[in-house]
Amino acid sequence: MTDVLNPATQVSDDPVPETSRADWTSDQEVRWCPGCGDYSILTALQLLMPELGVRREKTVFISGIGCAARFPYYMNTYGVHTIHGRAPAVATGLAMARPDLDVWVIGGDGDMLSIGGNHLIHALRRNVNLNVLLFNNQIYGLTKGQFSPTSQKGKVTKSSPVGLVARPFNPISVALGAEATFVARTHDMDRHHMQDTFRRAYEHEGAAFVEVLQNCNVFNDGVFASITKKDVREDMLIDLQHGEPILFGSEKQYGVARSPEGVVIVDVAEVGIEDVLVHDETIRNPSTAFSLSRLAKTPVTPTPIGVFRAIDRGEFASSVSAQIREVQAQVGRGDLGDLLRSQPTWEV
Amino acid sequence: MTEIAEAPSPPALDEVIIRFAGDSGDGMQLTGDRFTNASAMFGNDLATLPEYPAEIRAPAGTMAGVSAFQVHISDHDITTPGDAPDVLVAMNPAALKSDLHTLVPGGTLIVNKDTFEERNLTKAGYDHNPLDAEDLAGYRLIKVPMTSLTKEACAEFGVKPRDADRSKNFFALGLLSWMYSRPVEPTMDWIESKFAGKDLIISANRAAFNAGHAYGETAELGAQRVIVKAAPLAPGTYTNINGNTALSWGLVAASQLSGLPLYLGSYPITPATDILHELSKHKAFGVTTFQAEDEIASIGAAIGASYGGSLGVTTTSGPGLALKGEAMGLAVSLELPLIVVDIQRGGPSTGLPTKTEAADLMMAMYGRHGESPMPIVAARTPSDCFDMAIEAARIALVHQTPVMFLSDGYLANGSEPWRLPEVDDLPTIEVRYATEFNMVDEDGNGTFWPFLRGEDGNRPIALPGTPDLMHRIGGIEKEDGSGNVSYDPDNHEHMVHLRNDRIASIPVPEAELEEGSGDDADLLVVGWGSTWGAITGAVRRVRVAGGRVDHVHLTHLNPLPANLGDLLRSYQRVLVPELNLGQLVRILRAEYLVDAQSLSKVKGQPFTAGEIQFAITEALDGLAGITGQNEGGTA
Repeated sequence: MTDVLNPATQVSDDPVPETSRADWTSDQEVRWCPGCGDYSILTALQLLMPELGVRREKTVFISGIGCAARFPYYMNTYGVHTIHGRAPAVATGLAMARPDLDVWVIGGDGDMLSIGGNHLIHALRRNVNLNVLLFNNQIYGLTKGQFSPTSQKGKVTKSSPVGLVARPFNPISVALGAEATFVARTHDMDRHHMQDTFRRAYEHEGAAFVEVLQNCNVFNDGVFASITKKDVREDMLIDLQHGEPILFGSEKQYGVARSPEGVVIVDVAEVGIEDVLVHDETIRNPSTAFSLSRLAKTPVTPTPIGVFRAIDRGEFASSVSAQIREVQAQVGRGDLGDLLRSQPTWEV
Repeated sequence: MTEIAEAPSPPALDEVIIRFAGDSGDGMQLTGDRFTNASAMFGNDLATLPEYPAEIRAPAGTMAGVSAFQVHISDHDITTPGDAPDVLVAMNPAALKSDLHTLVPGGTLIVNKDTFEERNLTKAGYDHNPLDAEDLAGYRLIKVPMTSLTKEACAEFGVKPRDADRSKNFFALGLLSWMYSRPVEPTMDWIESKFAGKDLIISANRAAFNAGHAYGETAELGAQRVIVKAAPLAPGTYTNINGNTALSWGLVAASQLSGLPLYLGSYPITPATDILHELSKHKAFGVTTFQAEDEIASIGAAIGASYGGSLGVTTTSGPGLALKGEAMGLAVSLELPLIVVDIQRGGPSTGLPTKTEAADLMMAMYGRHGESPMPIVAARTPSDCFDMAIEAARIALVHQTPVMFLSDGYLANGSEPWRLPEVDDLPTIEVRYATEFNMVDEDGNGTFWPFLRGEDGNRPIALPGTPDLMHRIGGIEKEDGSGNVSYDPDNHEHMVHLRNDRIASIPVPEAELEEGSGDDADLLVVGWGSTWGAITGAVRRVRVAGGRVDHVHLTHLNPLPANLGDLLRSYQRVLVPELNLGQLVRILRAEYLVDAQSLSKVKGQPFTAGEIQFAITEALDGLAGITGQNEGGTA
């Protein structure tokens, strides 16, 4: 009998080497359309990774299928480009088998909310230690322009030539509905906000879900422009800050307050600052965060970004391995000969 | 408690087939299982056939709710649960109506007389009481008031009559244990440990068992007590094992032999779920089990674990296998080790969840898009699932490929005595991972190419966490060598051939004729999977009668043994019994251009030896006819 041998799980005593963006950049030519929002997300992550103090060999990017899913090829880390929708499932198995790794899951709105919706909600429900980045461009890009589960009702696409009939998913609401322990939104026009958000996701113990509003300049150009363009951001993006009153606008003249239906946008001068909701990421009940997620008719009305919810709850993979260690501590390592004799036996 | 006196040695029978039938709520599976275990401990050879409905509790007393357990015990080597029972125990009218046809003419019929009242008779569709009519004249009928005797026996322990009713299966077990001279201790011990802490239930079950035993001893049964003596099994330590347990233990063994932690991704599905149950118990062996949200997630997670350096396994049945197809293709493309276990059941669609069939061979061979070959192994008996699980792991790990393991409902739930292997004799499985650069880049720096193959044709696997060897792999076509995404036409053709040849060239054992073969036979019976027992039984009977027939049983279905073509061509006739419409026979005809004939059965039940015996005899008669014609032919 041999014991488990896995050269990769060895813990190195050497300090984590200093790295730069170039160290995190693979030798592969990036093949997204020129002008795609994915470039700025890639840059944000490649610039962030050296700051996180992590090892490249301990970092794995797992993706499904779609434009966003090409992401792992461009990171000089370990990576698997799997099949449509299944990245959270593959990543769950990897995270369970290898708690020593940092596992990132990258996918688009079709990949993670349509074909892979089941895997996403269950990974979030279980609270597997994954950093899930959902690039939401409200369209199918790689198949050339069909509506996605986040496309707005009425949207005219190749597969909805007279307008989309169904209502969209709100990814933040879906994640909160699955009681994800970390739920955030950022957008591809603001590198620093992306980096701050990704860093928070990385630091979170458990499943971290980040919706990245991302422009598809070929099939859905400018879909978020009315909220993310520099000159409208102050009025159209509501930057959630833990412990702060939720205010926005060039003069912070607008705020978010509770209403009988959830939360509403108010004129601070009218209601007074004391009625403005103070953002608390750590409320265990997801109802307030959910109300915030319902505030905006993205991308038409002022839209909250930042961390909606960040709570501590037991992480799945470490809890599973803890059960194994507990059993082994109680009864010792299993013995195969004993196992074969664990039912009644007789001698001939 | 009544003292049970052992009678002086009763007359011996060489074998007996007993069928316990009752309502789903009557505990017939448990009764059969206990009788089987007592027989195993006694030293009989045995084979079992549990048969139960897909519904957990169909309406009580109806035909839909009948659950049965057939066990064949003998003093010699046997291979099947028997063609037709010698004894039928019917706990209610529905069980009698549903299973009477299985009983041999003149067989012993033991009924729980108490249940033959109007309500149950109506539910079973009887317009009269068959116990009072001439219906059962052809059988040796023993009417026992099991329910009332059980209640009576339990009363002294303060068990309520309604609760006592639940113990009546132990009365039946006690009675049959007396009739066939089964040892009492294993059942008593089992009751004690199974119901530990529930003293009232222990008392009730023991009282019911003893009452049944005593009834046999004292009542005028019209049935003599007999004994089926121990079979001359090879020396060693034995246990009674079913296929799913053997398979689970084989996977644990493979984990130990390879040094890789076992990771099971699974989704509950009959008849594979017991593997998930069993492996979930073995955390002491470092086994991780993951009950996923669906079939696809379960194989996806197993692939993720395999990528991380575990022995990744996913278990399912046909409907689940259909869902796993795309992910299996991913594992083929990634060239990662993985074991996919298919416990086959009747199909298509939901089909017959609790009944056996072996109609997934074509899906195992070809059920993925593109040219996506996977090695296939198939177990032949319940205990063989242990060895074949290790074999599947060996192929998966040594040849870096997903492997299909085919079992079926009959093997999964059927049991047999198993001589335990010596753990130290099990062969270790050597697994190697890349830890160093294997290429130099344009700038003269070391780099790692994940598809730059070694002499064995395997790509180097560098586990995530290995310093410096960061790389990307994916299901998209890749350039052989560098592993970079490639749409190059020649590269794709090269990769398709390469993936095909990698699997086709996996060495598998030569096809060997089964014991007793090789006496100039003109007919070869080719089997795979769970038909081994019935074919073996049939071939033995034909040989005893002077027929010349050989038997080869395939354990490896992809690739097939290298000598199989020559072997098939050396017989005038080839007969292929299968629990499908002839799937292996198509492969054999296509591969080897031999005129192999199919013997098909798709009733959700295994072949009986008699069915195959009949087909063999017909085939031999045909051959004799041809020979006769030739001899007497006109020139």
